[in-house]
Amino acid sequence: MITDVLHVIGAFFVVVGALFCVIGGIGVIRLPDFYSRCHGSGITDSAGAGALLLGLMFFAPPLVAFKLLALVAFLWVSSTVSTHSLAKAAYSQGVRIENVPRKDWTIAPPPPPAAEDAVLADAASAADPEEPA
Amino acid sequence: METAITVVLFVLLLATAIILGRQRNLFAASMLTGIFSLVSAGLFTVMEAVDVAFTEAAVGAGISTVLMLATLSLTEDVEAREKKISWPALAVVVLTGGALIYGTLDMPNFGDPHAVVHGEIARYYIDRSWDEIGLPNMVTSILASYRGSDTFGELGVVFVAGTSVLLLLGGRRSELPASGESPGHERPSSRPPGKRHAHVREMPVVRTVAKVMLPYIVLFAFYVQAHGDFGPGGGFQAGVILATAFILFGLVFGPQELVRHVPPERLERIMAVGLMIYGGVGVVAMLLGGQFLAYGVFTPSHPSHGHHYGIFMVELGVGITVSAVMIIIYATFATRRPSLAPQVVLDAEDRCETEVSADDVPLVPEERALRSGADLLAEGAAGTDAASEVPS
Amino acid sequence: MTLPNVWNYWAVVVLMMVGLYIVIAKPNYVKKLMGLSLFQVSVIMLYVSMGRVTGGTAPIYILDDGAPRPFVLYTNPVPHVLMLTAIVVGIATTAVGLALVVRIREAYGSSEEDVVAELDRREVEAANALAAQRAAESDASSATAAHAGASHEEHA
Repeated sequence: MITDVLHVIGAFFVVVGALFCVIGGIGVIRLPDFYSRCHGSGITDSAGAGALLLGLMFFAPPLVAFKLLALVAFLWVSSTVSTHSLAKAAYSQGVRIENVPRKDWTIAPPPPPAAEDAVLADAASAADPEEPA
Repeated sequence: METAITVVLFVLLLATAIILGRQRNLFAASMLTGIFSLVSAGLFTVMEAVDVAFTEAAVGAGISTVLMLATLSLTEDVEAREKKISWPALAVVVLTGGALIYGTLDMPNFGDPHAVVHGEIARYYIDRSWDEIGLPNMVTSILASYRGSDTFGELGVVFVAGTSVLLLLGGRRSELPASGESPGHERPSSRPPGKRHAHVREMPVVRTVAKVMLPYIVLFAFYVQAHGDFGPGGGFQAGVILATAFILFGLVFGPQELVRHVPPERLERIMAVGLMIYGGVGVVAMLLGGQFLAYGVFTPSHPSHGHHYGIFMVELGVGITVSAVMIIIYATFATRRPSLAPQVVLDAEDRCETEVSADDVPLVPEERALRSGADLLAEGAAGTDAASEVPS
Repeated sequence: MTLPNVWNYWAVVVLMMVGLYIVIAKPNYVKKLMGLSLFQVSVIMLYVSMGRVTGGTAPIYILDDGAPRPFVLYTNPVPHVLMLTAIVVGIATTAVGLALVVRIREAYGSSEEDVVAELDRREVEAANALAAQRAAESDASSATAAHAGASHEEHA
């Protein structure tokens, strides 16, 4: 009885995860610009694969369930960070939002902090005033 | 169901391969090689080759992509010009493929349990390796014990490859300060004017997360190393995963920082140590009266225990050498000073602007013999001066 | 005539041929190496497919209370062992190839095959011109030496 309930919950999560994967795939193709496509790929990574793994946990013996949990934790950390760095790299490369509804924050970027100015000025020279700890 | 999954994976692989062939941007192409490796790892899992899938995922999707990117930072990242379909190449490919497909018609059906491949030898390993060696993972038993000499040779090839990369690229490390922007990823020519790359060191999120994740990656590598006897894993996979941790460090904090913490001179020795552990186990077995890499002699009363010890040591040697070689290959590529010479391109008539004059012709042996040693020394010194001058 | 059930090998052969085409037709050396690694993965796939047994599980003993369960169908472990080492050796040799590409880029200023061939051709031309000049200038004995040197360069 208990296992049946667990399997139903697990199947629910698996279906939800597969659904998120499909939604993410459609999003990557259909969304208008780079930043919103990042959102689509991010959904596939964290929501889709995460829910799939969570669902599989309900079918697995305890040790395997723990491994899957560790996998989910690793996935949530690494995929969000990769999406973040992708978006940040695109922003600093000058990728713009298309079909802006109201206000495009990429056209008038916030003034960079002083340290970044120094990096900009000294980009070519090897001597760098900023020494990371 | 399995067939359906296999078909889907093959279609994905074919699409990836064709897009890879048509893609002129080599950065995108190297990402596609990573995708290809990952999908093929999935295919290996469907075919129940879990150890192969593990290795392919770690090597193909992890390290090979990073190596391709490191190479692209030292060469061009776009193919020079559009190529029409090369008809002779297409003819060769179609003929070869047709011959191979004709050859497959004589092969046994896919998954046929009575195929010749599953003959005497495979049956021996499956039937006897539990009694003779006593490890659950047959692949590890065969890899490290039955075919130990074979694996020793493969490890030697990995060692020689690492040495070759050092010999080819190790001479000209860039000497920028450790905090400098990683020169391996600095390409002034490919950058549009006014734009700049986002450097990872300006991304506190990435740095912090990398710092948190690194110990767990190393821990996982040790787990894979030790768990290889019982499940998929072993020295090769663990070595690659351990190297991935160091490569991640190099990517996030800069290759100079990696070289500062892990000096290549030390890695060169570690590289050899792994191979020596492997060979040493074999020699010890010989000294105890057995054959090379026959571990049963370690504990004559209970041979399978000796096999456990021997396999553990041998896998340790494999892990040490593989990880050292992978780290050293990455460090050598990433710290190589990029050539600042402009790219030579051909124009429409297959002519390039660079003229080759008589001065560029290498000396013929007779002439070289006539020149004094002092001349050659002076020229060599001038050459190194010119090479070390880097306009900043 | 009934075809054997080998479509799986055909798919592998098609992938292999895509890799071979990239190696032959693309002028860029890095691209060639990518094609080569594609070819290599396909060959590994061929071997692993040959080891497959329908209904077989992964070649890891299923243990019941410390003893392997009898009458279990396992996949053939031998191709797995061979291919596992081949993958690691493959990445190491690919790294050597990439290192050679970097050296070619530094020496020739390009990593495209046609540029390198063109520069090589000109170098031979220049060597020939130099040898002819020397031969015209000097006496008969040194002329033969220079000619020998030039032909040596050509062969190299």
